[in-house]
Amino acid sequence: MELWHLMLLARKVGERWFTLNRQGRAPFVISGQGHEATQVGTAAALTPGKDWVMPYYRDIGVVLTMGMTVDDLMLDVFAKATNPNSAGRQMPAHWSSKELRIPSQSSVVGTQVPIAAGLAWAAKLRGEDSVAAVYIGEGGTSQGDFHEGLNFAAVQRLPLIVVVENNGYAITEAQEKEMVIRDVADRAAGYGVNGVVVDGNDLLLVYRTMQQAVQEARMGGGPTLIEAKTYRTTPHSSDDDDRRYRTREELELWIQRDPIDRFRRNLLDDGILSDEHADQLSTEADEEVRAAEARAAAAPDPDPATLLDHLFGGAP
Amino acid sequence: MTTMTVAEAIGSALREAMQADDRVIVLGEDVEVGGVFRVTQGLLDEFGPQRVFDTPLAESGFVGAGIGAALGGLRPVVEIQFVDFILPAVNQLISEAAKMCWRSAGAWPVPLVVRAPYGGGVHGGLSHSQSLEALFAHVPGLKVVMPATPADAKALLLAAIADPDPVIFLEHKRTYRFIRDEVPDDLPPARIGEATLRRDGDDVAIISYGLMLHESLAAAEQLAEDGIDCRVLDLRTVAPLDREAILDAARGTGKVVIVHEDHLTGGIGGEVAALIAEGAFAHLDGPIVRVAGPDVPAMGYHHALEEAFMPNAARIAAAARELAAY
Repeated sequence: MELWHLMLLARKVGERWFTLNRQGRAPFVISGQGHEATQVGTAAALTPGKDWVMPYYRDIGVVLTMGMTVDDLMLDVFAKATNPNSAGRQMPAHWSSKELRIPSQSSVVGTQVPIAAGLAWAAKLRGEDSVAAVYIGEGGTSQGDFHEGLNFAAVQRLPLIVVVENNGYAITEAQEKEMVIRDVADRAAGYGVNGVVVDGNDLLLVYRTMQQAVQEARMGGGPTLIEAKTYRTTPHSSDDDDRRYRTREELELWIQRDPIDRFRRNLLDDGILSDEHADQLSTEADEEVRAAEARAAAAPDPDPATLLDHLFGGAP
Repeated sequence: MTTMTVAEAIGSALREAMQADDRVIVLGEDVEVGGVFRVTQGLLDEFGPQRVFDTPLAESGFVGAGIGAALGGLRPVVEIQFVDFILPAVNQLISEAAKMCWRSAGAWPVPLVVRAPYGGGVHGGLSHSQSLEALFAHVPGLKVVMPATPADAKALLLAAIADPDPVIFLEHKRTYRFIRDEVPDDLPPARIGEATLRRDGDDVAIISYGLMLHESLAAAEQLAEDGIDCRVLDLRTVAPLDREAILDAARGTGKVVIVHEDHLTGGIGGEVAALIAEGAFAHLDGPIVRVAGPDVPAMGYHHALEEAFMPNAARIAAAARELAAY
């Protein structure tokens, strides 16, 4: 129930971000609409503040589940000085939180995998039973860093979980242009790592799969690669038009498989949720997003005089 | 006081840092047996495979892992076998390590040291002889240290490991065995970004770093016999540059020769010259002169082609003599 609510919030934030972009109030947005079950289901199996997380730019659902707030996300879309990710220095959805052990992300694809392996190494050496979870799209798995990071982690048997959010497209390029294999998880065998394919729109299946991978990693079983098959139901970003490279029929098919509706039906069938309650939660989520938006819009913008700050750490 | 080579001084710094702080780890290719230049020899026995370990042959992967380990609370010292092979890791260094602190508004500094041998004169051919400091010096967020003496190599490596930010630590491979000098047992701590005067003189300032410092000092020796007094400044760090020391050298002599082994165009010399032109123009009594490697891809393998590439004391002395007469 809580996870359904997180999925709902992630969706509402993503939708609102796109609306704000169309209204000219946010120069750029990107989101993971359609990926919510994969994001919330995997993150829910992690321990916030203990496990290391390297999300990528679609992962609104991951960071919400780890403990970022809707306020944080609305501050982020407006690039406000008080946005915890970058204080307005990076585009939205480039996550960072010291408390949540989410190191700052760049727009470069693939670099997060070796870095996550290093985080897992540090946790292991320091005797913590933390794991590192790294997120990447299937397109990103073409990068050399995906290979180098996973291989490093495999050789050192590090507590690393690589979550591949396979939505079938690397911006405009369909998966057939990226690789000849159907399942990215097949690549895991090349590193001697367990590779698992899951239906990324099945929240509970994703959660259970991640939970098992986390458990194995904590016990010293080494890395796991989880490939979650899903779909993004929006363009890649606010600067993309997906009508140029995929059919409306395909999109419609995946909208029918929507992970939020699907889990809502499960909850209804099990009698855990009623239609009225679900609608009420949805309305409340809208209100929460709009209230956070209003607060964020009124928050201070970055001071141009701070541009030169923080080039280096330690010294002020 | 102990007499050490540069290689021994670096090994000694690693050992001391690892003894003092169990967060310090050493990783790279072949480091368990000491690396190609035997700099890390003995560390595995003393500190064990958790803290000294060989990595797969994939520079981006293990530099990236070094960044992650640094974020995770360790103090990794990553060895790149030759700086020529650092290029696959440039994405990790420039896109991630250099920017992480700034882009997170100070939340995530990256206390990482990347050590790499550079430079020619050891028959390394195209891919084992390059000087790539200018690539990294251009990137805000990276510090680039290039010691010339055993004492500096040790003190600056200790400073780099203690530093909260990513440091590219470049070691001239010819200095590893050829430069041997005394290193005080109670070595005073060094500061990254501080140049030092190696010789005083009023006629011409020679500004250099790394192996070329030794060629510059030899040139100054020759010129002294002709009555030309050279001041020799060792930059020690090429990013950040010690602006005041550079301007002092220019003001005190009015004539400046900048020497580096790296190619001329876009090299550190251009930046030093620009600083002088901006900050000490009125004190200049002649053109700023650069002595540097030529703009060809790299030095040749044959010793004749290698010598034709590398600046040396004779070339530096000739340039300084001409400038002195200006």
